[in-house]
Amino acid sequence: MKQPSARGTVSELVLGIITGVGPAQPALDGLPDAVDRAVVSTPDLLFDDDLQLALFCLYELHYSGIDGASTDWEWNPTLIGARGRISAAMEARIRQEVALGELPAAKSEAVAAELFRMTGEAGGPSMSRFVAKEATDQQLREFLINKSIYQLKEADPHTFAIPRLTGRAKAALVEIQADEYGGGRPARMHSALFAKTLRELDLDDTYGAYLDTTPAITLASSNLMSLFGLSRRLRGAAVGHLAVYEMTSSQPNRLYSRGFKRHGYSEEAREYFDEHVEADAVHEQIASRDMAGGLVESEPDLLEDVLFGAAAALYVDGLMTVQVMDAWAGGRTSLLHSAASPV
Amino acid sequence: MSGIPVEAGAHADDAAPSPKEAAASIVAFPDGPLLVRGDFELVDPEGAALPRRRRTIALCRCGASALKPYCDGTHKLIGFKAAP
Repeated sequence: MKQPSARGTVSELVLGIITGVGPAQPALDGLPDAVDRAVVSTPDLLFDDDLQLALFCLYELHYSGIDGASTDWEWNPTLIGARGRISAAMEARIRQEVALGELPAAKSEAVAAELFRMTGEAGGPSMSRFVAKEATDQQLREFLINKSIYQLKEADPHTFAIPRLTGRAKAALVEIQADEYGGGRPARMHSALFAKTLRELDLDDTYGAYLDTTPAITLASSNLMSLFGLSRRLRGAAVGHLAVYEMTSSQPNRLYSRGFKRHGYSEEAREYFDEHVEADAVHEQIASRDMAGGLVESEPDLLEDVLFGAAAALYVDGLMTVQVMDAWAGGRTSLLHSAASPV
Repeated sequence: MSGIPVEAGAHADDAAPSPKEAAASIVAFPDGPLLVRGDFELVDPEGAALPRRRRTIALCRCGASALKPYCDGTHKLIGFKAAP
């Protein structure tokens, strides 16, 4: 990934360290205190550009890496410590906010029913209906740019959970991910279909190309997946998070496709969305009953974590939707800087 | 892996496949589609293969899908009920 621009003290330190700007040791020595100060003083970690970008870059060392950053930094204890401090504060911030209802029985059918209830009741403004009926061409582009930060590595964060599951839950997660990765056909990978959509709109399909214009809450949505995916302790939350993504996808994607058709975009441009209508109608059944339900049946202690992961996904992505739609309602861009004209 | 004996059925409690398992299985999901897994062909009344993009498919059971014979999730919007 291309190096992003720093957004404050912590991201500047992190980027300076991993890309070798100046001697690393003084920056490493100063990092823990800088992170502490930033975490304690931030008005809201989920909307903190500096901390979310720093966290995003630290996680990215485990994915595609960052241009100019040595792979040796991936497991540097000081960086892992900084990542842990920020992500722990982020987890605490979200736990404060999400309230789980009465827990269902630790049975597959009951877990699936609760997940369908949670995803069916999710309130807030509907991005998909807006995209279908009202969004301008410029807003469609912003919508894609916002999505690109995750969709160009779609499925990767949850893949980290595979070796932490067993039996029915593992088979279900692999069945879903195999489909996400194109069933053996690289061009059918969901990330590749999304890249094609970007190209059809003359947008840059390079991973991370629009990172500098991506607001903190969008980075938080992506960071949440990495937090769950990279922690065995949170394997239940990773599963609940993925279940929500699969269960809130089919119908919205049908509406997204309609919005792009309304603006005259080709079948090629809409294939990403059309694919998700069909794929996620399959995935939501497997995800809710076999993956989430199967995990809870084999590890009943994880029931609460599964539902927390689900609630966290709905909460953070809900905040992201509200921020984007508020900006549009006010006639503003939802992106940072003057990225409204990114082409 | 080199010669480390693996205990058969280490995770047998999680629906391990039996040697006699059918080539394909159809799961009727409550209030939802029919999920078809395994080795099967999906054909029209003349026997011609229908376009298929994935190994495991969900067939519409509520009648309201815009993608028939595949499910598109519409059953949730129309309050389709079926048990199982």
